[in-house]
Amino acid sequence: MAATSTPSSLTSKLRVHALGGAVVGAAYLGTTPVLALAEGVLAFAGEEPLRVEAHKGVLLSLAADARSIVTGGDDGRVVRTRGDGSTEVLFEQKGRWIDQVALGADAVAFSAGKTAHFLPAKGEMKTLAVPSTVGGLAFAFKGTRLAVAHYGGVTLWFPNAQAKPEVLEWKGSHRGVAFSPDMRFVVTTMQEPALHGWRLADGGHMRMSGYPARVKSMAFTAGGKFLATSGSNEAILWPFASKEGPMGKQPSMLVPRDVRASCVAAHPKDEVLAVGFEDGMVMMVRISDGAEILVRAPDASPITAMAWRADGGALCMGTEGGNAGVLVL
Amino acid sequence: MADTQTQSKIPVTVLTGYLGAGKTTLLNRILSEPHGKKFAVVVNEFGEIGIDNDLVVGADEEVFEMNNGCICCTVRGDLIRIIDGLLKRKDGFDGIIVETTGLADPAPVAQTFFVDETVGAKTTLDAVVTVADAKWLKDRLKDAPEAKNQIAFADVILLNKTDLVSEDELKDVELRIRAINPFARIHRTQRSDIAIDKVLGQGAFDLDRIQAIDPDFLEAGHKHFHDEDMRSVSFTSDAPLDPDKFFPWIQELTQREGPNILRSKGILAFKNDPERFVFQGVHMILDGDHQRPWKEDEPKVSRIVFIGRKLNVPELEKGFRACVA
Repeated sequence: MAATSTPSSLTSKLRVHALGGAVVGAAYLGTTPVLALAEGVLAFAGEEPLRVEAHKGVLLSLAADARSIVTGGDDGRVVRTRGDGSTEVLFEQKGRWIDQVALGADAVAFSAGKTAHFLPAKGEMKTLAVPSTVGGLAFAFKGTRLAVAHYGGVTLWFPNAQAKPEVLEWKGSHRGVAFSPDMRFVVTTMQEPALHGWRLADGGHMRMSGYPARVKSMAFTAGGKFLATSGSNEAILWPFASKEGPMGKQPSMLVPRDVRASCVAAHPKDEVLAVGFEDGMVMMVRISDGAEILVRAPDASPITAMAWRADGGALCMGTEGGNAGVLVL
Repeated sequence: MADTQTQSKIPVTVLTGYLGAGKTTLLNRILSEPHGKKFAVVVNEFGEIGIDNDLVVGADEEVFEMNNGCICCTVRGDLIRIIDGLLKRKDGFDGIIVETTGLADPAPVAQTFFVDETVGAKTTLDAVVTVADAKWLKDRLKDAPEAKNQIAFADVILLNKTDLVSEDELKDVELRIRAINPFARIHRTQRSDIAIDKVLGQGAFDLDRIQAIDPDFLEAGHKHFHDEDMRSVSFTSDAPLDPDKFFPWIQELTQREGPNILRSKGILAFKNDPERFVFQGVHMILDGDHQRPWKEDEPKVSRIVFIGRKLNVPELEKGFRACVA
């Protein structure tokens, strides 16, 4: 590392927006950056700013693809919002909280308490009750299989098949869940400061621990070579390129600081990672050599969400204090 | 520093009590009094709860073991998620009240506020309030371990339905409570009628507010209703303690005996240390800090107390005495 060179900076190119409420999610609708606020609002931070009230209450969960954003709220609603600002209520159950949502190719999944729901574009909604509150939902690549994280493990559910759901067991409370892009692995973030993973081929376990804090953000890098996570005073990258996954290997650590990383977002095409910190700093780092570029200077409020535009040409971010930043490269 | 942090945190009151003791009546009283405060209430089943200004959330009472090698370190997983969600509400709350089911052990609820970082950063456990039925508590202490847990764990006990028993019976049941828990504040009530400031804002887990540990042992109670299963013990030392002996001892003790020790508390005088050290614990989770300088006229006496099951009193006392500097 060249100790004398000051890291290059893109902060002058960052467009900032004061949103007035805590940011809990971020996504791009086409080329428009959208920040989800805890108070139930989707704030479009593009050329023409727009605020869409998706929920009459707290926005608890968000999933997005290029065409729409699906959100769940404590108003019991699942809402789809499109690029023109129009909203559609996909589901409503008064008195329940929609804790988790996920988007598949032709379906939406969401959970309320212990029940996972699968809502296909065509056809009837299906539900699955799991042993405890759903901590996370993720569709497999083709959208036919759904991973449902809960206490004690992950249930793999094929909503359109008769087959009994398969359960991947591991003691503890599993909160976030993701499939690796090659579909060889399922990884969860746990209530404890650790990740757990399963090799789908043989059910082999992968324990990834050593974090000082609970991991709240994880992302597979382009091509699936690494799983990047928050939860430490740097970004932690577990190697996932080999068939065995990260077992017996040390993770890479990028952007070491004395402040905890709170959020990671992987560039969709290149091996580049955006890392947000609890003091509001955002760094962009090239995974191959650790070269860093400062994107956002610290302002004391944690980065809570980040998203890349699908072509990788822009990055948006938001803080707990209600500020957003948009960087067009 | 500690003060400002405590002030900005939302206080959480845990409301327990055996089936039919009067929990829901108390909850309704708290919510319907004209205090101008806004509460979020976490309940297990939607009963007849007044909800004008307040938010009522249904919970699933999911008790999870933490993967940290201690079987007693259980938390309420559903509560972590509910509180995460409540903390996102823009207008906030003056307090959160968690009502447990009648058969619940209060420990997992209490431990949730120490184990989860996000929850612990924004909320603070205020007190465990237990409603007990003056007429039936005696019987429940015999046949329901849950009822015993709720008494042992309490910071505040409402001895309710006092109109259904005589003064002698009341005294008798108070002795039985004291044999288990000599520290809780006991309030006699009818129809859970009590001033709200006797239930909320107790700061029972706030290290800054531990002033003195004055167990109300009521010797007679201990003599007559000595409860082998659940009891409390307290030791004092006029000689200052050695921190290098005390910390390893208390840590090893709570790790090993954590499942049996429900609550612990202490005010300690360490050798060559001008400040009081206070600590409190829930099973194996300990929280302690220097509190304030000893006052000039204040006797530098160390006092420690345990409430628990199957306490080996001679061994505990020997261990404590060995911590003298």
